[in-house]
Amino acid sequence: MKNLNRLESGGRIDRSKSLSFSFNGKLYYGFEGDTLASAMLANGLHVIARSFKYHRPRGIIGSGVEDPASLIELLEEEASGNNLCTNVKLKEGLKAKSINCWPSVDFDVGAVVQYFAKFVPAGFYYKTFKWPTWHLFEPFIRRAAGLASAPKEPPKKGHFESRNAHTDFLIIGAGPAGLLATLMAARSGAKVFLVDQNTEAGGSLLSLKLNINQKPAMAWVESAVKEIANMSNVTHLQDSTAWAYREHNLVIINEREVENVSIIERSWRVRAKNIIIATGAIERSLVFPNNDRPGVMLASAVLTFVNRYSVKPGDNMVLFTNNDSVYSYIKDLKTAGINILAIVDSRKHIASAVLAEAQNVRVVLNSIIRNVNGYKKVNSVVVQSLVDKELETIPCDLLAHSGGWNPVVHLHSQSRGTIKFNDRIASFVPDQFIQNSISIGACNGTFTLNEIFNETKSLLCGVSAHSKPLVYEGKLECSKQSYSIEALWSIDLSKEKNKAFFDIQNDVTHDDIQLALTEGYSNIEHVKRYTTGGMGFDQGKTGNVNIIGMVAKEQGIDLDDVGTTTFRSPFIPVSFGSINGVREGSVVLPFRHTPITKWNLENGAFMYEAGARWRRPGYFPIGGESFQQAVNRECHAVRTGVGVYDGSPLGKFELKGENVGEFLDLIYTNIISSLEPGNGRYGLMLTDDGLIFDDGVAFRIDKHRWFISTSSGHSDAVYQHMLKILAFDHPEWDVKITNITNQWNNATICGPLARKLLKKLETDIAYDNGSFPFMTFREGHIADIPARIIRVSFTGELSFEINVSPRNMLVLWERIIEEGTEFGILPVGSEASHVLRVEKGFLSLGHEVDGTVDPYDLGMDWLMSKKKLDYIGKRSVHLRRSLGKVRKELVGLLPNNPNDAIPEGAPITPDGKKVATEGFTTACVWSVVNERWVGLALLENGHNRHGEEACVRMKDEIIRAKITKPVFHDSDGKLLRS
Amino acid sequence: MLLIHCPFCKNRNETEFVYGGPVGANRPDPNLVSDEEWVDYLTMVPNPMGPVYERWWHARGCDQWFIICRDTVTHEILENPSEEP
Ligand SMILES: [Zn+2]
Repeated sequence: MKNLNRLESGGRIDRSKSLSFSFNGKLYYGFEGDTLASAMLANGLHVIARSFKYHRPRGIIGSGVEDPASLIELLEEEASGNNLCTNVKLKEGLKAKSINCWPSVDFDVGAVVQYFAKFVPAGFYYKTFKWPTWHLFEPFIRRAAGLASAPKEPPKKGHFESRNAHTDFLIIGAGPAGLLATLMAARSGAKVFLVDQNTEAGGSLLSLKLNINQKPAMAWVESAVKEIANMSNVTHLQDSTAWAYREHNLVIINEREVENVSIIERSWRVRAKNIIIATGAIERSLVFPNNDRPGVMLASAVLTFVNRYSVKPGDNMVLFTNNDSVYSYIKDLKTAGINILAIVDSRKHIASAVLAEAQNVRVVLNSIIRNVNGYKKVNSVVVQSLVDKELETIPCDLLAHSGGWNPVVHLHSQSRGTIKFNDRIASFVPDQFIQNSISIGACNGTFTLNEIFNETKSLLCGVSAHSKPLVYEGKLECSKQSYSIEALWSIDLSKEKNKAFFDIQNDVTHDDIQLALTEGYSNIEHVKRYTTGGMGFDQGKTGNVNIIGMVAKEQGIDLDDVGTTTFRSPFIPVSFGSINGVREGSVVLPFRHTPITKWNLENGAFMYEAGARWRRPGYFPIGGESFQQAVNRECHAVRTGVGVYDGSPLGKFELKGENVGEFLDLIYTNIISSLEPGNGRYGLMLTDDGLIFDDGVAFRIDKHRWFISTSSGHSDAVYQHMLKILAFDHPEWDVKITNITNQWNNATICGPLARKLLKKLETDIAYDNGSFPFMTFREGHIADIPARIIRVSFTGELSFEINVSPRNMLVLWERIIEEGTEFGILPVGSEASHVLRVEKGFLSLGHEVDGTVDPYDLGMDWLMSKKKLDYIGKRSVHLRRSLGKVRKELVGLLPNNPNDAIPEGAPITPDGKKVATEGFTTACVWSVVNERWVGLALLENGHNRHGEEACVRMKDEIIRAKITKPVFHDSDGKLLRS
Repeated sequence: MLLIHCPFCKNRNETEFVYGGPVGANRPDPNLVSDEEWVDYLTMVPNPMGPVYERWWHARGCDQWFIICRDTVTHEILENPSEEP
């Protein structure tokens, strides 16, 4: 296959392996070893994307992770959202499309935005869309400023994976510095992890044709890679990016090409004793008008496309620079057949040795690029002399520029290391190290190969994670290189009409920065937020230092004083799949089930999550029954016959030791320690700031042995609370707590016929009220199963909680249903249980207990012990109440019209006026016993307002209701004690 | 993600632990302090830039509560802190 811009020979591609791919529905060809970007350029594709804000046509600017513009969306098998085409390895059949354009990248309707640009300045969203509400504008802005769409379906082939690893050395970057460090560490016998984000090792040596020991540098790279491949103490990953440096030397790595083809991506979490950062440097843009036009590229990217991918990005080229690096490219670019028309250098003087490398190419010193012509492709550039301001237009199809080099200090900065400005290279370099890491090579501001090797050797001598010292024996003689720069953060743009971009990804222009400064946003973190410069997927890799330089220049201060914005992870965009690993779908947060889930499903239960990930039956509809019909039927069974409820999710704890009584007296508001064995008590737990934390029951088994139950959703928090008190406030107490939530399940039989049913099941326990009264428990057998039976009631009916071990739960449940059939037994779901407790006015955490009420508000004064000098929460409750403020108190509500339902949470206002609320409804249910709607509410001063009328203020109506005691059934509790 | 030293399980990842806040004053006898002192006890917790003693619970491990001294700037967990909490 013939590619339009492919060179005849050379490059690190395999011309025997031709690969087809499609872009925006058209078929193209590339080779094994290409990236999507190099294959696109080889096929003469220039416009790849449309810009974020102005929809300007954008092409390929960089050759790797630094590219700020060439986002595409991958489709079908490889489906994933925002990908830089410079980062996507070309594969057979790859399908990609442009983003942020409609109907096509060549003709984009959104591009009209650029003509209204003056109406969309920096800070525009903050200023304009405040009134009446941001939500009014959000959908429009999201559509206009979209990135790629997320894939609709999870990947069809394969899965994601995560791994943990521990190592002596983690070396990040397999360029010359990283490879030398790897050899030194590996030869000492230490455990070494080497990761590199390129498809192959070599770093800058893949693009620069340098010599090591009189041979091509890549020969040295290849021999180093070969050596470590045979060492069992080295793990070497290519195509893998270290994207986060966390606390305690933890680095997270995204591996994209995994040896096992069924793994899409793998995430590594590596803890290393020593981390050696060798992440290189990224070329910085120059800022001049229209510096974003397709055909304007970073000079290093042009060299990489020529040398590594054998692609010629243009025929007639102009170079624009403020530093030496482009001069060393001339020989290779000329060899590739590129006609170099001029090197425009902003400096007054350059060294003669550097000038010699220009090889008779015209060098225009003390000059800048004033403008770029061409919309979808450069067709000429305007050069301006800084001396006489004379303009010269040079026709060309490629403008390569270099504003110097930014050491990749991202990981160092993420590790909380500090950075400082270095005048010699006009950029930021690592300063103080906080964790166990060092930076070597270009990411440390060291750019020439000789210096990189010398620095690596000397810095690694000081590192010893292993007994052996790190040394490199052997010579490393390298090609001569030199580097010098004169900072140019931007050309003079006063009175400039055309857009000059500081941050190409976010469309942040010179004008935006000026506006931020004019409006007083002078701190660099404010400039960032006001303009969005340095945000987004590229995190300002090519442009941020120019913004800092510009802010420093405008304010007349040093770059060190401006500082940088925070370097955040991820260093590159990372897929959610890779972060999640195997935690997909139901295993992200698994549901908790009781042993009868299968029975519930087989019996038509409507299941849902009911707190703490417990999957519970809501109700059991029969035939075409509605929700309300099913719930009414279940309630009716409990009130008139018998029902059975699965109470297994209740939190359950056993407490043992000499001081359990004292301990329970501390954590509950009432006295528990006086209980006789076999007896129990309902109790409330508060936090020490006087808020209700949990409610439940506590029973005494014998002198030093107790068990308590907590609400299902709070059992973990209660466990934590109890252990914390014992660990820090009362380490001297002898109290041992065992969490038995999962060791005991329970079937709660409730209803007036409960006792009759129990007697039918074979049992050695007497159930009559005299021998087994309310709030006691008995141990024995039922249906031949060992059981602990507790007389508590959450429904207000006669009720027995039969606790058995999980292996017996289903057997017990099926026996209860079988024997209960003659009494019309029904399984009861959470919904009916809710109705029954509201009829009784029993409180429910999250409904009546919302983190503001205390027990007095709920009418539970009797639970606040007056005898005890102290219990958790006592002081705070009384302190708060002593302020004498009006409290919201629990009341019942009877809607004047018995068929009026009040929505949960509905506000109550004085006389139903549209004024500040005086309370709200916490629950409202259809009461089967009262045949009407009944509700509970928290209402200001509610205890003194029984008999008055409350007005529930709905949007278009007022629901009037009588205020009552919060109990609608068996108010003196005769039934539950029967 | 911190690497936290549990006295029972040794070094484990932070995801296994629950944070229990910095170590403040001991709980006073509520009957012996003024309102102000009681409110101070509840609300005034150390929040320094630098070393601070704090409580952690090995929730997905051995259930132990324990105290470490962590530098809030560097996250370094000091093995031999100078003074007791
Ligand atoms: Zn532990």
